[in-house]
Amino acid sequence: MASAIEAENLVKTFGPVRALDGVSLDVPEATVLGLLGPNGAGKTTAVRVLTTLLQPDSGRAAVAGVDVLKNPNQVRSLIGLSGQYAAVDEYLTGRENLQMVGELYQMSARDAKKRALELLEWFGLSDAMDRTAKTYSGGMRRRLDLAAALVVRPPVMFLDEPTTGLDPRNRLALWEVIETLVEQGTTLLLTTQYLEEADRLAHDIAVVDHGKVIARGTADHLKAQIGGERIEVVVHRSDLVPEAVAALAPYAKGDPAVEKNTRRITVPVSGGAKVLAAVIRELDARSIEIDDIGLRRPTLDDVFLSLTGHATEDGKGADEDGKPAKKGRRGHGKDA
Amino acid sequence: MATALPDAAIGPVPVTPRHGAVAMLHDSWVVAKRNLRRMTRIPEIVVFGLMQPIMFVLLFSFVMGGAIAIPGAAPNHDVYIQYLMAGIFAQTVTFAVAGASAGIAEDMTKGLVDRFRSLPMSRAAVLTGRTLADLVQTAITVVVLALVALLVGWRIHDGFLKALGAFGLLLLLGYAFSWIGALIGLSVRSPEAATSAGLIWLFPLTFISNAFVPIGSMPGWLQPIAYWNPFSATVQACRSLFGNQIGPAPDVWPMQHAVVVSIGWSVLITVVFSWLSVRKYRRAAG
Repeated sequence: MASAIEAENLVKTFGPVRALDGVSLDVPEATVLGLLGPNGAGKTTAVRVLTTLLQPDSGRAAVAGVDVLKNPNQVRSLIGLSGQYAAVDEYLTGRENLQMVGELYQMSARDAKKRALELLEWFGLSDAMDRTAKTYSGGMRRRLDLAAALVVRPPVMFLDEPTTGLDPRNRLALWEVIETLVEQGTTLLLTTQYLEEADRLAHDIAVVDHGKVIARGTADHLKAQIGGERIEVVVHRSDLVPEAVAALAPYAKGDPAVEKNTRRITVPVSGGAKVLAAVIRELDARSIEIDDIGLRRPTLDDVFLSLTGHATEDGKGADEDGKPAKKGRRGHGKDA
Repeated sequence: MATALPDAAIGPVPVTPRHGAVAMLHDSWVVAKRNLRRMTRIPEIVVFGLMQPIMFVLLFSFVMGGAIAIPGAAPNHDVYIQYLMAGIFAQTVTFAVAGASAGIAEDMTKGLVDRFRSLPMSRAAVLTGRTLADLVQTAITVVVLALVALLVGWRIHDGFLKALGAFGLLLLLGYAFSWIGALIGLSVRSPEAATSAGLIWLFPLTFISNAFVPIGSMPGWLQPIAYWNPFSATVQACRSLFGNQIGPAPDVWPMQHAVVVSIGWSVLITVVFSWLSVRKYRRAAG
């Protein structure tokens, strides 16, 4: 499949900080690449280079087959960008915002107006379209910002932490929109700090840390890298622990871990649900009463920890890599 | 929120690519429209923009007017207001710097400049759209200020056409200065800093001039600076065109050729600062 986004050996330094330290990416058409990493890892800098906002020190990049450095204006007509700071004019109404963006994408005033109404309807903003964006809730602004990125139905989209700061309901709704876009053939590069988001939306994940891609693959592939699945059993009384360990022994692919006070036994297994069923039958046959049992696969959190030696930071730090708004501290993110 | 977009969500939309000057004009107009809309949504900005010059007119003419001697006339409020207004007008139009710098700095911090820079639009349009909208605001301010001045005794003595010429020079100066504001706005990136940075140097610039007192009353070493101040040329030109010059204009080259010098400075400032600003905008954040 053809690549919709290609980057080769991108380097960008801010003073002593190497925000991008040789990043190469390729995203096949109609797929989603999740760029996963903590604050200051270089995710936003990568997006800014690919969307023509920032010149790299070296390396090359192409979007939809067009060279980002040689033909930036052509690239701009093929992409939609939506970021973590909803970039809408709060003193314009929702309708005026979208219409302005349409006209600046070089649509005629009439087409831009029509397109704005369509998008407002799809994003459930019709009722609010003649109110200034200042009166919108955070979720509504984010939707308006995403709608602005969709004005020309761009074949390639860049979403920079699209759900940061959104409540779970709005996040889920945004995910559904994103999934629909991809089903319809949009290629998407998504940056996120949320492992759950990358897991759900991305076909492929690139883990970024200190300006480098440190791992690349599908979510399952990355999880498999750090080992297999485990069964966790919580028995009802602590005196049942030794017998339960004995019952699990035939299925275990390694030593069991026992947490005495929580009565939790964890054993590595292979074979998935089939093994889980067998274990349940075995425990039942021995009349070992259990409170809880489950098959546990490693999460992307585990992956990240094992790849980088440090956990991702949850929530939102103030400093994001390469954002112009934070010039004074640019490139001095805690992990950059 | 719609959980599913109709199938029509993807696929090309009709665009009519524009190039060169056409794109520049179109995009500048779209951005200017946006800034003018903002003005109607935040009328405070226009109102407060008016209060400062009106206050200056009243304070200078009534409080100090009786004490400041204009060559060729005794200290007198009615004489001083004739002398003063050209200075107040010129000072008012240069305050366009603050509007442009604060507006552009705000767009930078709110991510709007990123939005614009990611669109296939003219690289100059965000700034020209801003400065053109500021020009409209400046024009409104000048008209209201003229009406207030007429109320407190200012008069045009040399015909309407020449006065129009003076207003033209003022708007040209205001436009030039809004490009200085654009560069400041792109450089400081916090609206608060942009407001101070946009205003602070205007005070020495507008006071070391012929705006409020005759330059002849200043120390000798300061006089050449004041005479060659771009601001002084416009003030002198307007004073003559309004017919507000009392006695002959100072016998110094820039004052004798004030209209030409005023236009020259305004064009020079516009060219230099628009070039610097657009260059800075292209490279914004990197």
